Amino acid sequence: MASSRFKPSRVRSAIESVGAVGDRSINQMGQFVRDIGGMAYLLGDTLVWAAKGLFYRRLKFGWGSLTDQMVRVGVKSIGIVVLVQAFIGCILALQLAPTLESYGQLEKIADVVAIAIVRELGPLITAIVLSGYAGASIAAEIGSMVEAEEVKALRAHALNPIRFLIVPRFLATTIMIVGLTVIADTVGIAGGLLTAWAALGISPEAYLASTQIAIVVRDFLTGLSKACIFGMLVSMIACYEGLTVSGGAVGVGKATTATVVKSIVAIIGMDAVFTSIFYVFGL
Amino acid sequence: MTMDAPTDDVVISLSNVRKSFEDHEGNDHVVLDSVTFDIHRGETLVVMGGSGCGKSTLLNCMIGEYEIDSGSIKFRTRDMNRLADIATLSDEAFNDIRKRYGILFQSGALFNSLTLAENIALPLEEHSYVDPSIIDIVVTLKLQQVKMLAHRDKMPSQLSGGQKKRAGLARATALDPEILFYDEPSAGLDPVTSTAIDELMMDLSQKLRVTSVVVTHEMDSAFRIADRMVMLDKGRVLKIGNRSDFELLRDANPLELSRSDDRLMNQFLNGHGEGPLTDAEGLSEFEKLIKTSSGG
Repeated sequence: MASSRFKPSRVRSAIESVGAVGDRSINQMGQFVRDIGGMAYLLGDTLVWAAKGLFYRRLKFGWGSLTDQMVRVGVKSIGIVVLVQAFIGCILALQLAPTLESYGQLEKIADVVAIAIVRELGPLITAIVLSGYAGASIAAEIGSMVEAEEVKALRAHALNPIRFLIVPRFLATTIMIVGLTVIADTVGIAGGLLTAWAALGISPEAYLASTQIAIVVRDFLTGLSKACIFGMLVSMIACYEGLTVSGGAVGVGKATTATVVKSIVAIIGMDAVFTSIFYVFGL
Repeated sequence: MTMDAPTDDVVISLSNVRKSFEDHEGNDHVVLDSVTFDIHRGETLVVMGGSGCGKSTLLNCMIGEYEIDSGSIKFRTRDMNRLADIATLSDEAFNDIRKRYGILFQSGALFNSLTLAENIALPLEEHSYVDPSIIDIVVTLKLQQVKMLAHRDKMPSQLSGGQKKRAGLARATALDPEILFYDEPSAGLDPVTSTAIDELMMDLSQKLRVTSVVVTHEMDSAFRIADRMVMLDKGRVLKIGNRSDFELLRDANPLELSRSDDRLMNQFLNGHGEGPLTDAEGLSEFEKLIKTSSGG
């Protein structure tokens, strides 16, 4: 019977499912807006406390804490950034070689690798590595402190957690990502150079000469300015996720995962925005 | 319920405090309802009640961690000439009050990246204008008070639960507070260590002449340290009175108590398994299921 195929309960169930998806989407949208607002508020507070720390003598800045975080976020990440960026340089050179060779432009490989690394892949890959390496660890550390009532204890002693916990991590990540990007750029170009020399028969002297002609200071500056913004993004997302942890060890785990996922999405989204701006203004 | 009229020696005054939390489905759950009482200078007030009665929420409201829905929480430190509603204070003004109180958290809440000495020195470095050598002397004194001097350079991870609480107490008293809040000071400790912490609290109260607010559900500890007691149940104040009032209630025959609240408190104070607290209405869904399945 045809009527048995259209049971009212099935129709109702389908409508309820669609409604549930809509309801969930609205909730997620609301949460997204709350998160953006929360992070903007946190960024504002962090910048105010960073400025106060620099300009008011009475407020001790916590240089010890800053250098600790710089070592943790930056120095300890050097190895993995160097490794990843060397592979990126090598992969780029090998992927571009057949296409450039078909146009008889194999010597242009140094130009393309250099511009791709300095303007784009240096800051981007460094930020992604840092989001997994430092971002996750910052979120887990602050989340654990929230769960252990350490953050509450700071507030109870009239000590601002933004000043003591967030400012050093924010500054350390933002400063060190710029330094790491410089290293990443250098290693990426070196990776391309070694690959071109070993596999494509291009001499190191010719490769370096092409690189020097291909990239200008502006390319470095656009790359480093992006890196700086990525550093702020990673640290803000990690700190926000850490500070809003609830639910014990499970909550800390969720915050760590959320930090990595949100950081990568935010970094790539912000990269698209910056690249568009640089393209429009011819930078 | 006894309500105290505000007098000059009141340091904290709670009036009709209401606090609710929203669950995942958007429903409001009232955790504190019309909580009204005063805390007087120099006394040790114990806030007690079963799990989920709202005592920790009340403590968090008092220290400014949670904003209350309605009512007022007022503080008056020695340098203030009147009670001030914390909801109307600026962050800086409330921070000035915070510097006048100390808190011992349930876990100790020591800063894990700092040594014991650094933990105690941190509030002093931030809020006092004294020389580092003086701070070092104060840290030594505070550690001596809690008998933890031998551990001054240890990290919190190297300490036992009882030692963490002692160290937390040393940090809470670092700025010579007027008010000390204790969140479950005996929780998770063996009876000997628990008694030692109680004695330490009483010793500090006498020596420093501080007002103490202790949140606990450990009855032995509560009767040992309290001057006055407040009993909470489902977010409302059942009774506030002197320790002797509660001792009478504890020692009373439940069959002779006419008020249901008195029978409930009698059961709680004696730790009996049977009574109004654990009848069918008072049980959690899980406990009801267990009782049903076991034929009870």
